Amino acid sequence: MVSNLFVKDRVAIVGAGITTFMRRALETPRELAWEAARQALDQAGLTLRDIDCVVIGSAPDTFDGVHMKGEYLADGSGALNKPMTRVYVGGGTGVFVPVSAWWHAASGLCRTVLAVAEEKMSPAHPHPQYVFRYIWDPIIHRPLEPNLIWIFAMEMRRYMAKCGAKKEDIALVSVKNKRNALDNPAAQVAANITVDDVLKSELLVWPVNELDISPVTDGAAALVITNENTARQVTDSPVWIDGIGFTLDNQHWENRELAFPRYLNYAARMAYRMAGIERPWKEIDVAEPYDPFDYKELHHIEGLMLARPCEAWKLLKEGYFERDGELPTSPSGGLLGVGNPIAAAGLMKVAELFWQLRYEAGKRQVKKPVHKAVANAWGDLMQAGTVIVLSN
Amino acid sequence: MSAKEGARLPGTKLSAKEMYSLLGLVESSPQAKYEFSAGPTISRFLQGLKEGKILGRRCPRCGRIYVPPRDYCEYCHVALTDWVEVPDTGTVQTAVVSYISVRRERLEKPEVVGVIKLDVPGYKEGSYEFAGLFHRLCIDPEEAKKDSTIGMKVKARWKPAEQRTGSILDIECFEPVR
Repeated sequence: MVSNLFVKDRVAIVGAGITTFMRRALETPRELAWEAARQALDQAGLTLRDIDCVVIGSAPDTFDGVHMKGEYLADGSGALNKPMTRVYVGGGTGVFVPVSAWWHAASGLCRTVLAVAEEKMSPAHPHPQYVFRYIWDPIIHRPLEPNLIWIFAMEMRRYMAKCGAKKEDIALVSVKNKRNALDNPAAQVAANITVDDVLKSELLVWPVNELDISPVTDGAAALVITNENTARQVTDSPVWIDGIGFTLDNQHWENRELAFPRYLNYAARMAYRMAGIERPWKEIDVAEPYDPFDYKELHHIEGLMLARPCEAWKLLKEGYFERDGELPTSPSGGLLGVGNPIAAAGLMKVAELFWQLRYEAGKRQVKKPVHKAVANAWGDLMQAGTVIVLSN
Repeated sequence: MSAKEGARLPGTKLSAKEMYSLLGLVESSPQAKYEFSAGPTISRFLQGLKEGKILGRRCPRCGRIYVPPRDYCEYCHVALTDWVEVPDTGTVQTAVVSYISVRRERLEKPEVVGVIKLDVPGYKEGSYEFAGLFHRLCIDPEEAKKDSTIGMKVKARWKPAEQRTGSILDIECFEPVR
């Protein structure tokens, strides 16, 4: 690994865990966090006594309806009497959790880190959509009574206009990911659907229909992340974190070209530089781009430089991103198929790559041999990008 | 999960009916009220809207003209001192048709909103950044869905002077220049 000058140690993932993703969970948020953490420790063959530090990720407190969720989740996440950090960049949180765990371990501060992400979206009634009302600028945006789907619809339309993509081209992402999710035991909305089903689903904010969007979900995911020495002691097949990246663009999205995700591109360049990857479109074998909306996977494939700007939708049509294609994307089923408990969804993507790189993904295992993988997540008001590059 | 193919993952799904029949369901809503200050720069911008003007601020170092205005240049990190009045015309960057309200209820009349790139100098042609506003568009929803909407020339439709309050809503919407 070509690393930054001051990074002391190589860092690896040695265990992962995930709960079922579902609309209404009986378990409380801290119980979901515990279930995921316990599984990750089991897979690593470690117990809580072996863990030095804990990183918790959760998106807005308002979804669970519990303020200061880091404190609330601490014991379930195994953080009792340990150094604990909560990180938060909206939807970008899921990948920011392992990024933060990486710097805990790479710096030498901790040998072992438990990284836990949890979200319970279903408590907000009648719809979590209403909670999103409070993320907008209160003076110049909120008087227009924006709905969250507006901003995504605006990006999607801009992408379509600039890149010449049609709605049916974009809907193919939803078709692919929901189909991939059929093989995922965690999946909430796995299905065999057609482009036509997407186009005929309820029209919310043109050009966005209901099946273009990931669902409301409860769930948790966790990873055990360690320094090289510990990784070699506990497993023969660690998955290395080769690069991390994170950037934040400004919140004034009315001042930006929405067809291309600059926030992500900068984060990706940072992660690839650290990982020594010069031609990601050739070197990356499998990717989990963040896909809360179908167009967003294409947007992110381009931001991650896995395809040229405006080319991802064309490659998608040729089957390039299928599980048995040249560059499989979202083999897990993604947020569109597995579900979207916001922070947990991003971490689920990193867990999926961990299993892919260890050839443990079962029916979801991609056809080609895999060595290098990338995942990203995206958050706040179309502005936060978090990226992680892994290898086996 | 991966190692144990077919093993059941933790977590118990509930139907809506089960949810409401179980003990311990609590309903609550936050009772918090806020008063937001706009800040010196946006206050001046809102005063401009009340007078029927769109005001921007120029960076003395890079020449970018910010609309909505800022107190500082985001790129040079220097204070912005010059105010400039900018045209209330521009082009549609993106436009969408909302069939749902802020609470996700169905709207009786769909609403068109989008981003308008204002006719403001200070940015290179085709540059990633530009001066612009997010606002309503007075375009028929069916027309808004046509390809020709993107790039359409529009102009602010102002509320009558006596009805303006110093709000982003002093502009009713942006309408096509025909």
